[in-house]
Amino acid sequence: MPTFFRRYIFSLDHKVIGVQYALTSLVFLLFGFTLMLLMRWQLAYPGQPLPFIGGLFGVANAPGGVMLPEFYNQLGAMHGTVMVFLGVVPLAVGGFGNYVMPLQIGASDMAFPKLNMASYWLYFLGGVTMLASFVLPGGAANSGWTAYPPLSYFATIGQTVWLGGMLFLILSSLLGSVNFITTIVQLRAPGLTWFRLPFFVWGQLVTAFLLLLAFPALQAAALLQAMDRIFGTSFFMPSGLVYGGKVVAGAGGGNPLLWQHLFWFLAHPEVYVLILPAMGIVVEIMTANTRKPIWGYRLMVGSAIFLGFMSFLVWAHHMFLTGMGTSISTFFQTTTMIISIPSVIILSALFLSLYGGSIRFNTPMLFALAFLPMFGIGGLTGLPLGLASSDIALHDTYYVIGHFHYVVAPGTIFALFAGVYYWYPKVTGRLMNETLGKIHFAGSFVFINGIFMPMFIQGLAGMNRRLYDGGAQYAHVKDVLHWNTFMSWSAWGLGLFQLFFIVNVFLSLRTGKPAGSNPWQATTLDWAATSSPPLAHGNFASAPVVHRGPYDYSVPGTREDFIPQHVEHADGEAR
Amino acid sequence: MVQQKESVTLGMWVFLAQEVMFFGGLFMAYLLYRVWYPAAWAEGSQELDVMLGGINTVVLIGSSLTMAFAVRCAQLGQNKATRNWLLLTLVLGLVFVVIKGFEYYHKFEMHHIPGADFVFHGPNADQIQIFLSLYFMMTGLHALHMLIGFGILAWIAGMAHKGRFSPEYYSHVEMAGLYWHFVDIVWIFLFPLLYLVDRVHHVG
Repeated sequence: MPTFFRRYIFSLDHKVIGVQYALTSLVFLLFGFTLMLLMRWQLAYPGQPLPFIGGLFGVANAPGGVMLPEFYNQLGAMHGTVMVFLGVVPLAVGGFGNYVMPLQIGASDMAFPKLNMASYWLYFLGGVTMLASFVLPGGAANSGWTAYPPLSYFATIGQTVWLGGMLFLILSSLLGSVNFITTIVQLRAPGLTWFRLPFFVWGQLVTAFLLLLAFPALQAAALLQAMDRIFGTSFFMPSGLVYGGKVVAGAGGGNPLLWQHLFWFLAHPEVYVLILPAMGIVVEIMTANTRKPIWGYRLMVGSAIFLGFMSFLVWAHHMFLTGMGTSISTFFQTTTMIISIPSVIILSALFLSLYGGSIRFNTPMLFALAFLPMFGIGGLTGLPLGLASSDIALHDTYYVIGHFHYVVAPGTIFALFAGVYYWYPKVTGRLMNETLGKIHFAGSFVFINGIFMPMFIQGLAGMNRRLYDGGAQYAHVKDVLHWNTFMSWSAWGLGLFQLFFIVNVFLSLRTGKPAGSNPWQATTLDWAATSSPPLAHGNFASAPVVHRGPYDYSVPGTREDFIPQHVEHADGEAR
Repeated sequence: MVQQKESVTLGMWVFLAQEVMFFGGLFMAYLLYRVWYPAAWAEGSQELDVMLGGINTVVLIGSSLTMAFAVRCAQLGQNKATRNWLLLTLVLGLVFVVIKGFEYYHKFEMHHIPGADFVFHGPNADQIQIFLSLYFMMTGLHALHMLIGFGILAWIAGMAHKGRFSPEYYSHVEMAGLYWHFVDIVWIFLFPLLYLVDRVHHVG
């Protein structure tokens, strides 16, 4: 009999580790969101003391409750870092991937359970390191989540700790991706051929490859930056740099652009790490709630693989403003236009899948449906940023922030919410409350657009991002400045509606409707296991055998409108 | 058992792919700076002891050979021979690291460690410091991989000592072999890129 610690803390079971990942990352998402809520006060009411909580941050950060620029920069850098590296990716890959993927392929666990546990604890260590940096002298990292040198070279000690935290997080995700790839290749149930895999599994597989091959470049770059900061090398430090009116001592001769290349070589594939698992979740939910097979399954799989491949060839479109030559920028804007094609194919296939379906508008489906136009807006507003001529005007304005937040916030995070509502009954055995869920959805949908839509207006007017006062000192943004108040109140409204979600998660543990093993009448193998599946590597009573593709909904002639993958022959099915 | 062996092998290769990308990032930095500062690279390379580097190359290739023997013996179930070959591999690895330590110490005495104490005379001093920074970074990370390798070798030598391997059960040795050969190959790239830059124009 395993002890309590082995069972719930240092567990080797993929389901417990998945839940650990999910809960930790949800806490980090809330934390990162709170950082943004503080920033929004400064943007809406620059120079005014924070109400109620202004005294909590100390004289070093907010004397008299008024936020200092340095503190604002810490919040900005850490909001990005926490949301991407500690929130969204660990929830999408560590949480959903860990819990659902082995179930969907009919495996009893991951290929390397101990490695899986090590990934989680390295992630936890990285998260604690990042959090701890707030209490250091000079506070947390404040050079943006991109940590560009030479700015990051002059940052306080928090930047060094940030690099250390990143090394833990990168190591964690590398071990995780080795595990995911091996598991998907090796442990599929008999009969589960590649083109019978649920799309969710495909999304996780491509994501694992992206993490595996893109992250090491940042690992190397982070080590080089740490050397610059600690031992005074000059990998990224140019000669003759003047800081604070003085020429910086030390060798020089280095090039800060090298950091940008190594950073974006990771960070562009990272965008697809954020989006592919979300697409996987949306596909599972849409096909179950339209009661029909997904349109163009093979086309979508091909698109996802192509997307993953191309994502390694577009990174420098983040760097058009660095003065690169026109031939280089032509190459990168061409590849950027090409990569938009598979994204559009996937999105179109999802829209087409709705046609003729008998749609059930439950909470997970509402979030999944909202994902489509929201991700669509995020994707389409990205096109002007992929073309150098328009990017030069738009880069470093709020337009960019609006663009990627549409991809990641009402895009990916909505899909993650959908996933929580959808798989919650598998984890707990109970459904989440529908009324609370629908209130959560409606409020979130309205307010999240209230935050991000005006960013396009402000950005097109030329309002710069990263400014401590939101750009109040610039005459040319005078006419769009008033949106700041509206956006901030939207953000706080969005925060308020998340309470419905938090209450729902806890309340439904006790009062939720008992779900049974397959509450959504879905076809994939995760719903063939009991809710919740037994621990200690025993997901299925007997090893499942797969007889059909992933989405056999509404097969003509059959009595039920779905045939699970492990059913050999359904009543009335033509032989 | 077969599936387990396949999983472990696949996992190891996937892990090595990641390692290739990691060193790839460093080689990228090397490539850019070498293209920008060819003269400094030629001059900086002269500062390295090609004799010690050459001896180390031979030692490391030799350790790959003994590692391959260890894998073969494990496949045949000869535990004692496996243990001996592994220990010989470990000794050769230690020889490599000790020689490397002497090279580092020499650099320390010459004040060629990048940072505040760096001293170098000549017009290319700044760029040569970047060359030496890369030298320490790349060989240092390579040496770190070797130290991790020592731990692995000692562990599986202990397993062999207890007679754990058989013709059906030897993946531990095989995986350690893959790792060791990978570390070896990294050095095969590092040696010419760091020690042999433009050496041809300075012979005799």
